[in-house]
Amino acid sequence: MATSAKAASGPALIARENLQAVLDALTAKGYQPIGPSVRDGAIVYDEINSADDLPAGWTDEMSGGTYRLKRSGGSALFGYVIGPQSWKKYLHPPVIRLWKSHRTDCTFTISKNAEESPKLAFIGVRACELAAISVLDHVFLHGKFVDPIYRARRENILIIAVNCGQAATTCFCKSMKTGPRCVKGYDLALTELAEDGRHDFLAETGTPRGADILAAIPHKHATETDRESAARAWANADAQVTRTLDTTNIKELLLGNLEHPRWDQTAGRCLTCANCTMVCPTCFCTNIEDVTDLGGKNAERWRKWDSCFTLDFSYIFGGHVRQSAMSRYRQWMTHKLASWIDQFDCSGCVGCGRCITWCPVGIDITEEARAIRETDRSQKENADGNP
Amino acid sequence: MIPQLYSVRQIKQETHDTFTLELDPKDGTKTPSFEAGQFNMLYVFGVGEVPISISSDPTAPKYLMHTTREVGIVTKAMRKLKRGDMIGVRGPYGTHWPIEESAGSDIVIVAGGIGLAPLKPALCHLVARRENYGRVVLLYGTRSPNDILFQKELKQWRADFDLEVYVTVDRAIGSWRGNVGVVTTLIPKAPFDPLSSVALICGPEVMMRYTVQELVRRGVNHGKIHISMERNMKCGIGFCGHCQMEASFVCKDGPVFTYGALENIFGKREV
Ligand SMILES: Cc1cc2nc3c(=O)[nH]c(=O)nc-3n(C[C@H](O)[C@H](O)[C@H](O)COP(=O)(O)OP(=O)(O)OC[C@H]3O[C@@H](n4cnc5c(N)ncnc54)[C@H](O)[C@@H]3O)c2cc1C
Ligand code: SF4
Ligand code: FES
Repeated sequence: MATSAKAASGPALIARENLQAVLDALTAKGYQPIGPSVRDGAIVYDEINSADDLPAGWTDEMSGGTYRLKRSGGSALFGYVIGPQSWKKYLHPPVIRLWKSHRTDCTFTISKNAEESPKLAFIGVRACELAAISVLDHVFLHGKFVDPIYRARRENILIIAVNCGQAATTCFCKSMKTGPRCVKGYDLALTELAEDGRHDFLAETGTPRGADILAAIPHKHATETDRESAARAWANADAQVTRTLDTTNIKELLLGNLEHPRWDQTAGRCLTCANCTMVCPTCFCTNIEDVTDLGGKNAERWRKWDSCFTLDFSYIFGGHVRQSAMSRYRQWMTHKLASWIDQFDCSGCVGCGRCITWCPVGIDITEEARAIRETDRSQKENADGNP
Repeated sequence: MIPQLYSVRQIKQETHDTFTLELDPKDGTKTPSFEAGQFNMLYVFGVGEVPISISSDPTAPKYLMHTTREVGIVTKAMRKLKRGDMIGVRGPYGTHWPIEESAGSDIVIVAGGIGLAPLKPALCHLVARRENYGRVVLLYGTRSPNDILFQKELKQWRADFDLEVYVTVDRAIGSWRGNVGVVTTLIPKAPFDPLSSVALICGPEVMMRYTVQELVRRGVNHGKIHISMERNMKCGIGFCGHCQMEASFVCKDGPVFTYGALENIFGKREV
């Protein structure tokens, strides 16, 4: 009781050696901890069973088309910025069976997949990623229809955010008003304090569930010095977010420039590889595959991530709606930054910069938006009185 | 997201490449109600699922009807179903033709090819409540006389319900003595009052584009022109993303839109 009262009165302090206790508390409450670890030269999200699984001493460097993992020289566990994967893979699985069907004579039966919704604790969720989860909530939970798969998984997630203490050159969360500071959407938010020989975490609780976790582990009340130390980390990240995307009237700007020559120029570089959509934490499109076994008695329906960059995405009998790379790049970018606003009351872009980093040719959404703004033709088009 | 099973009570060949499935819910329940213009996702076991509009009479839904043109993998497999076979049905989905809302107006219906199928429930509704409407004009174009759908119904609507039906074909063959030319050529002379008309259009996108142009030229209000759009659809409920046209999901914000709502993008290249 005393500890939770303390937690409510202000941030707490968790010593580095007690991070294992956080994992143990999560496990005791039935959660499988999921967090960052190093695999194949990148930070990926995976099951974390010990604090030693976390990427101690690793950091990352990113720019258009480039990602490099390297030793930081320090011992910070969250000293990297962001990897290629997002939490979307747990909430909106890349591949999932929707149902199975079995045929007998002229009839068949369809049986629903048992909804699998593991209790997961996400550890190390960045501010832009909290925003991305909120965007997915808009897509799958707040519309006319609700996706039962997303809902079941979402309800079973506990979120431990970690504030950024540094940012990458590709980050533009400030422009998208999503970061770098975690302000909502978490159960518990940590800030890693790894300077001057200390190694602790400042912990802020966002929900009673977060408070329960905190209450279950050894912690102290954060002092003025601890809070100043955290504020320095936040300010450091904030100062490092230098990339910008001007969102003023962005919807009108982009939708008013569908015929802008810039789309063709960018399409000349775009490989339509779909990397940007795969790494995007909010891209949600899927395809359906209906498959049968060799005997033709058993059929299954699978749902898989899909991308508007593929030609088949827009296929209808008689032709593909979006044949050119131009129209596909334009569809993706106008959807993210413009039409999304009408569809879901929020932007589809959270400023994480993954699409910039993982684009093999380094196409940069902020640069594209800037280019169109600088040569805005929408006024002219209106003046011409387009029919 | 799970299809309900329906059994095929009958398959009727409408033309050389178009057939109508009549379906009953397998569990013996009543056929669910729907609005004219809505569609279902139809699943053929092991083959796939496609969006097909409902073509039965919404005012007397005895059983579910879908009129389909055989074009590819799923529709060809659907044609091979036999009486008593099962098919999966999800729906009804999407927006509908503004039939009740248009009482008191003249109604102009412009259909191209298989586009008459999604309009059939609207026509059934109009003839069932014929007294509520002014002039009802149907302009229908097909490739050849062999492609004309619902010939029996067309005759009956014309004879018994004071529907003004004009049919035209792209190519006259056999004993065809009627109009030849694209359906848009019928619009300038068609007998309706543009200022008090509601237009319903379904057909290939180019045909709809020229039809809208002609109707606008005659003075029909952009908000009174309704078009039914076609896009790739995998889910029907706004999640797969395939059917998007700018901010609209054709599956849940459409398929029926007013021209006014799509004005800025309708006809734009590859949107
Ligand atoms: C809202 C709506 C209502 C429709 N109503 C009718 C109708 O009443 N009668 C009718 O004959 N046709 C209708 N269609 C078109 C029908 O869905 C396609 O002809 C059908 O999907 C073709 O499938 P296929 O497997 O035979 O063709 P293929 O060419 O083999 O297509 C392969 C796959 O591509 C997708 N696809 C292909 N064409 C279309 C298309 N036009 N629209 C959407 N997805 C497509 C489907 O997933 C299909 O399984 C409608 C389409 C929409 C969007
Ligand atoms: S923008 Fe880049 S990442 Fe996206 S499809 Fe084009 S080449 Fe691939
Ligand atoms: S059909 Fe899937 S979003 Fe419209």
